[in-house]
Amino acid sequence: MTRRAEEVIYPTDAGLYCVPGDFYIDPLRPVPRALVTHGHADHARPGHGAVMATRETLDIMAIRYGDDFAGSRQIAEGPVRIGAVTVSFHPAGHVLGSSQILIAPDHGPRILISGDYCRTPNPVCQPWEPVNCDIFITEATFGLPIFRHPDPMTEAGRLLTSMAEFPGRPHLIGAYALGKAQRVIALARAAGHHGPIAIHGALKRLCDYHVDQGIDLGPLVPATDPGEAQLILAPPSAFASPWVQRFRDPVLSYASGWMTVRAQARRRGIELPLVISDHVDWPQLTATIRELAPQEVWITHGAEDGLTRWCEIEGISSRPLRLIGYEDEPE
Amino acid sequence: MKAFARLLERLAFTPARNAKLTILSHYFQTTPDPDRGYALAVLTGTLDLRQVSPSLLKRLVSERVDEQLFRLSYDFVGDLAETIALIWPTDAEARAEEVSLSQAVTVLRETGKLALPGVIADLLDRLTPPERLALLKLATGNLRIGVSARLTHTALAMGTSRSSEEIEEIWHGQAAPFLPLFTWLAGGASPAVALAPFRPVMLATPITPEELAPLDPAAHVAEWKWDGIRVQAVAEGGLRKLYTRAGEEIGTAFPDIIEAMTFEGAVDGELLIRRGEEIAPFGDLQKRLGRKSISRTMLQSHPAALMLYDILTWEGEDLRPLPLSARRARLESAQFDSPRIGLSPLLPFETWEELTRIRAEPHSPVIEGVMIKRLDTPYIAGRPRGPWFKWKRDPMVIDAVLLYAQSGHGKRSGFYSDFTFGLWEGEELIPVGKAYFGFTDEELRELDRFVRKNTVQRFGPVRQLAPNLVVEVAFEGLNVSQRHRSGIAMRFPRISRIRTDKPASEADRLETLKAMLRS
Ligand SMILES: [Zn+2]
Ligand SMILES: [Zn+2]
Repeated sequence: MTRRAEEVIYPTDAGLYCVPGDFYIDPLRPVPRALVTHGHADHARPGHGAVMATRETLDIMAIRYGDDFAGSRQIAEGPVRIGAVTVSFHPAGHVLGSSQILIAPDHGPRILISGDYCRTPNPVCQPWEPVNCDIFITEATFGLPIFRHPDPMTEAGRLLTSMAEFPGRPHLIGAYALGKAQRVIALARAAGHHGPIAIHGALKRLCDYHVDQGIDLGPLVPATDPGEAQLILAPPSAFASPWVQRFRDPVLSYASGWMTVRAQARRRGIELPLVISDHVDWPQLTATIRELAPQEVWITHGAEDGLTRWCEIEGISSRPLRLIGYEDEPE
Repeated sequence: MKAFARLLERLAFTPARNAKLTILSHYFQTTPDPDRGYALAVLTGTLDLRQVSPSLLKRLVSERVDEQLFRLSYDFVGDLAETIALIWPTDAEARAEEVSLSQAVTVLRETGKLALPGVIADLLDRLTPPERLALLKLATGNLRIGVSARLTHTALAMGTSRSSEEIEEIWHGQAAPFLPLFTWLAGGASPAVALAPFRPVMLATPITPEELAPLDPAAHVAEWKWDGIRVQAVAEGGLRKLYTRAGEEIGTAFPDIIEAMTFEGAVDGELLIRRGEEIAPFGDLQKRLGRKSISRTMLQSHPAALMLYDILTWEGEDLRPLPLSARRARLESAQFDSPRIGLSPLLPFETWEELTRIRAEPHSPVIEGVMIKRLDTPYIAGRPRGPWFKWKRDPMVIDAVLLYAQSGHGKRSGFYSDFTFGLWEGEELIPVGKAYFGFTDEELRELDRFVRKNTVQRFGPVRQLAPNLVVEVAFEGLNVSQRHRSGIAMRFPRISRIRTDKPASEADRLETLKAMLRS
């Protein structure tokens, strides 16, 4: 008997639940069995019975929550049978270890959960991979046509121009600890900044982990003792704390897709907004749906109204899941 | 246009004056002619461009973008020009060569009304999003760059052998793209100076009684602060010009003043409407502003007059280096043939207490306070702190109830910052005005939170609020108005305090405001 998609997977208060596999995807509260797309805190939470994720995501969870973050863990490798479904993990291009998860029931539609994903080349993780599916469950963080992220190298160029124009002013970039921080560092390196870069203590362990995985970040020094470093990275929350007062006349910057919109930069008091995003922008989001040509699009979180409208115009059937608990830009 | 777009963007996000100067001076040093000259004209507000209406832009975008997607986007962005700049669909490959700022300016200057939509669309097709925003801000005349002419002049002077004062001296008479000016800045010959030029004016800073106390009354004079328009009347070499304090010419709207300028010199004073000895309120003066021509009836019913308080040149002599005491003596001995021109009287006082009393009882409602000026200083362009002070009369205040809010556009987009407030009439709250400013950033956040928690209904971008919050509204004056339901229009209303201590039922009544109008 063929199952309908709604019988295979549906949204619950704890997140997406797969019935024939009896597991949750990126659950929002402790569950017996979780499949986790990537290590951002709103997707990867501690306290589950069993967790399956990529090796990198499991490592990141251990760094964040300690070795006992789950009862048991399993590295996702190749297609795996869970209950009456086969699951497989595929690179999502979002952050190190990030994956899309494909659920293939024995009889029924192939369901792909995108997690957070990005299609712009990113030196700190594997590129997104197209996966054939019938139901595409996608995020829509930047699901409005105003979001067209520029080439990240252009943004890195703007950063270096400002540093040259204000050689006496430290440049503080707000960037979340997993993925964005390492990407900004890699971009600054690619744009020609070879001197030491100072990092806030909250970024240290994840930067070290990237380096352990063979990603070259160049010389890094602690922000408490920055020496000559003109470029300093910190989690955005540090800008609101006394930590920031150690820097004289800083240029506050923030690396995020939200920096497309001026009011978003202004309300954070940002002087140098950098549009660097780890999510698909509107052209990538819509191109992905066209390319995968699923029978149906389900939207997990973000600007679902915009994407739903686009699907309607394109004659693609879509459905907002309105999952609550995933943040626009986690730290 | 890329460099210009980047310049505007950086200025918009850079709060510190010094950093703005660095950005501007780098721009002027690295941008070729004529683009930097057009940018200079834009920054100083001296470029006359054809204005594109928001409705035209909305129409253009509606032909290209789904209406619902546009509305969702506009709600998120909060600024029309910015939304269009971001959402305008383009084929990145199709962008061939860069559009220069001068090309864009030429288009906006010379395109006829009918061809304008097509030309704007074509330009938007060829630009990147930041450039589109710069173009749209130019085309809608809504730049709000936040740099003063003085700051721009200072930036121009940086890295050259000229000073900003020298630049201001020759500024009038120069026009976009300012090629002779840039040649001169680079060490070349002086550009031609205009006849009957505008001279940068000396401005006053506000002062409080506490700050006044330690100053020596004998070293100062005081005058009324008139609620008119500060002007500079220049009659030199057969040319007569009437300038606002920003250097804008308004002579065509005041032929009666031009006719009365039979002297040879440049004088500084207040433009007012005066019938016999009686000076009319600001509203009367406003009726004559911004007109291309003035009817005979208007000239008779609203006759203009000048009330002078300073003299800059007289019969070929530059008096600005003289101290105010000497300038005042020269002003008093100067001959003005017309009764339209008189002097602003000096107020007799020996102590600050005396001046306080005088200030409290002005003989005319068209007085908004007193000016206090040091006798021993020359006429210095700009707003030097010290020699000139303005001591305004306390503003009028009422307690009103917030009724509607709209999210701010421009600098405050993302926050509910445009408020409609009302006063009681019987059991009903009647809207009496709108305020967009006056509050601190912290108060803005508080108001924004209130709006989000107390919305009872939405009409597009407008939220109707539960009438729960009292605010103190300060304003500068009142006019009778047919256009307002309350029958009263407020001048410069602003939210001066949030009165969470006061229940809505204790807010002021409309009668109170009406009584203020009569007094
Ligand atoms: Zn994420
Ligand atoms: Zn997410």
